[in-house]
Amino acid sequence: MASSMLSLASASASASPSLSLHDNLKGRVKLGSVNFISCLPDKTSSSAKAKPSGRISMTVGVNVSRFEGIAMAPPDPILGVSEAFRADTNEKKLNLGVGAYRTEELQPYVLKVVKKAENLMLERGENKEYLPIEGLAAFNKATAELLLGADNPVMKEGRIATVQGLSGTGSLRLASALIERYFPGAKVLISSPTWGNHKNIFNDARVPWSEYRYYDPKTVGLDFEGMVADVKAAPEGSFILLHGCAHNPTGIDPTPEQWEKIADVIQEKNHIPFFDVAYQGFASGSLDQDAASVRLFAARGMEILVAQSYSKNLGLYAERIGAINVVCSSADAAARVKSQLKRLARPMYSNPPVHGARIVANVVGDPALFGEWKAEMELMAGRIKNVRQKLYDSLMAKDKSGKDWSFILKQIGMFSFTGLNKAQSENMTNKWHVYMTKDGRISLAGLSLAKCEYLADAIIDSYHNVS
Amino acid sequence: MSSSSSPSDRRLSALARHLSSPAESPVAGVSASITSSDVGSVFSHVVRAPEDPILGVTVAYNKDPSPVKLNLGVGAYRTEEGKPLVLNVVRKAEQQLVNDRSRVKEYLPIVGLAEFNKLSAKLIFGADSPAIQSNRVTTVQCLSGTGSLRVGGEFLARHYHQQIIYIPLPTWGNHPKVFTLAGLSVKTYRYYDPATRGLDFKGLMEDLGSAPSGAVVLLHACAHNPTGVDPSLQQWEQIRQLMRSKKLLPFFDSAYQGFASGSLDKDAQSVRIFVADGGECLVAQSYAKNMGLYGERVGALSIVCKTADVAGKVESQLKLVIRPMYSNPPIHGASIVAAILRDRNLYNEWTIELKAMADRIISMRHQLSDALRARGTPGDWSHIIKQIGMFTFTGLNAKQVAFMTKEYHIYMTADGRISMAGLSSRTVPHLADAIHAAVTRVV
Repeated sequence: MASSMLSLASASASASPSLSLHDNLKGRVKLGSVNFISCLPDKTSSSAKAKPSGRISMTVGVNVSRFEGIAMAPPDPILGVSEAFRADTNEKKLNLGVGAYRTEELQPYVLKVVKKAENLMLERGENKEYLPIEGLAAFNKATAELLLGADNPVMKEGRIATVQGLSGTGSLRLASALIERYFPGAKVLISSPTWGNHKNIFNDARVPWSEYRYYDPKTVGLDFEGMVADVKAAPEGSFILLHGCAHNPTGIDPTPEQWEKIADVIQEKNHIPFFDVAYQGFASGSLDQDAASVRLFAARGMEILVAQSYSKNLGLYAERIGAINVVCSSADAAARVKSQLKRLARPMYSNPPVHGARIVANVVGDPALFGEWKAEMELMAGRIKNVRQKLYDSLMAKDKSGKDWSFILKQIGMFSFTGLNKAQSENMTNKWHVYMTKDGRISLAGLSLAKCEYLADAIIDSYHNVS
Repeated sequence: MSSSSSPSDRRLSALARHLSSPAESPVAGVSASITSSDVGSVFSHVVRAPEDPILGVTVAYNKDPSPVKLNLGVGAYRTEEGKPLVLNVVRKAEQQLVNDRSRVKEYLPIVGLAEFNKLSAKLIFGADSPAIQSNRVTTVQCLSGTGSLRVGGEFLARHYHQQIIYIPLPTWGNHPKVFTLAGLSVKTYRYYDPATRGLDFKGLMEDLGSAPSGAVVLLHACAHNPTGVDPSLQQWEQIRQLMRSKKLLPFFDSAYQGFASGSLDKDAQSVRIFVADGGECLVAQSYAKNMGLYGERVGALSIVCKTADVAGKVESQLKLVIRPMYSNPPIHGASIVAAILRDRNLYNEWTIELKAMADRIISMRHQLSDALRARGTPGDWSHIIKQIGMFTFTGLNAKQVAFMTKEYHIYMTADGRISMAGLSSRTVPHLADAIHAAVTRVV
């Protein structure tokens, strides 16, 4: 079945954005199979599917589908890693492709504080009426305060427009729609590399984008000079997409001094900073520390766009809860911007889902729950730091070449760029059953202390013996 | 793009474009007041958008201190006591979910909760639908009706050869915006006949008959919003034949299945006769009203294709529309729906609660009609009981509506639409008084 679907894919001349990582997974992944199964009748499951697949039934003449010419789209490269992992039967297999937190037992984790909030909500018996287009007011207030600090002048002056969005992606998309409508022709600069979905969001929103240098493979660190040069060279008034903390996929963040310089350059060129904050509190364990970059810019009186997500820091992945914030120079501007964000949200989904928003509002609004949340977040961030430390120790102990693996400790957040190239990453999978993305990214969230030594062996072998 | 234009040039041209384009021009009276504090703001050219007309009604209602005020604006069900309703069966399902210790909050697949998708397709197409059995249907979870319409519209704008969609006149206020932003061009077909306060069937057939071959046609599956006027089954059959002969592509908006007549099957008949002929169509489903899940944003988009092969390819392309929009849909509401649809007892309880809601609305229709007759209100008010679903197109004009708001604190949309769900036995007399006064004193 897999091969017949592959032939459809390779024949697709008009296939949408070819995702290079996909090509490497082609041999392993059953295109679209997960979602095929969702359409199946109860009875025979995959065997019933196997029959018609691969045969393009073209009835001559009259009753051809109006969608006949549509090509099979390539699968999402990141999600494809998990699919391949599931198919692997080797007991040593390790899934380091996953972008969701796992416990030491490598299980998904629902925060205790979230369960408490949901029980509270159920007891209260709240209704399910439509939220306003801009979302739950209590959530919007809480999320802006978390980002900037409740006593931030921006908050006091009412200079921030906050609209509840569908997690990070949805918030980025609303911001993009705003840029497209009110800043036509303006470009967004994104880091090289960046989260794979960023360019898709800007493409679909019809916002032009280009890249600024970011990752330096020679140092497995930040190409700071390249970044500054590229931001400087961009046309005045460009939007600069910055990861607030825990850069995805590299794990490499600018230092506070570097952030100051980045802010200088952005101000010089009248650029507009556009933050993607998906890991506040999850990176260092401290909400305030992880918001330092955004607050630095706000303190300079700059106008800023900030997309937030509660997927990781509150483990609310599937609830799709986030926000788009626009810090403006006046309360009046903020009100106008908010009204236009609403006008963009209405024809997209009318109003956002209530459940996740209430969970956040309840957790943040109750001092006891808020305190518990902070503690759980420290635990999650702590586990990842411990795993980094153990991996580093294992690498240094086992690798006699003298290579400096300390970037593992310097990088922060869920992801790490190992510095492994495509072939080496493939070796990780083919020989060692370690699943990761071909750009060398591993998810520390999917690593347990128990497996660090095995992973170290795999990395050392791939790095030294494969080119 | 042009690198020679400065940001201020771009902002000025954006402003000019914004003001000159009819689709985007602000309502008269809204000015772009640029204050001194905006100097240096990159947003100084962003004008204040007017309040959404439908939701704006509730905003105005909330501000009114009158004890007799009545909100007949937004389409959310209210009990006889005028309160929002969470169905018992929904509370039960939710309790189950929250108590289930094995539940996690991991990302759903891009297309959503698989079981929800399967069950939704069965609900609208029928459990034994041949189209489902031959795997010709792809169903993806979306954000209620709006989200399903938007994803479907974006898909058509990218992959369908005829980028025009015909929408009925009038239709839900959000429809034109959804499809325009999706990238389709929007045209209308005649629908409501003010003279009869019923269907302009002749006009509808003429307009669809002269549509270009292959055009998309938006059809309200039942309980047309805002008019409450639905074609009869015979008329649906004629519409179907015409559309198939002209290769017009049906796009159903099904927001009231079970809520209109009280019967889930009856309210799906229009969709099913189209699917039964083996042809293709799109269907947007919403669980906002029929399961009272408004704020949870639960819905589904189904595309019925000619073959399973095509359905597979279509689904893969739907994923490319969804991923850059919001990555994957919210789990909570879909889990509630799946829990109810999969369990025989919960499902039956649901159908009973659903019928009770539909019956209460039908009862309001009769009570209002009786009340107007009792007052000797001039005019033919039979449309109140002929129309179906949550809304009644009263036929009142904007001036009369404004009068009713001012003098009687009745909140409704300016097109004369009232939400019957917002009425109760207690408040019907007040509304009847208001209508009577409006009709006799305001022309």
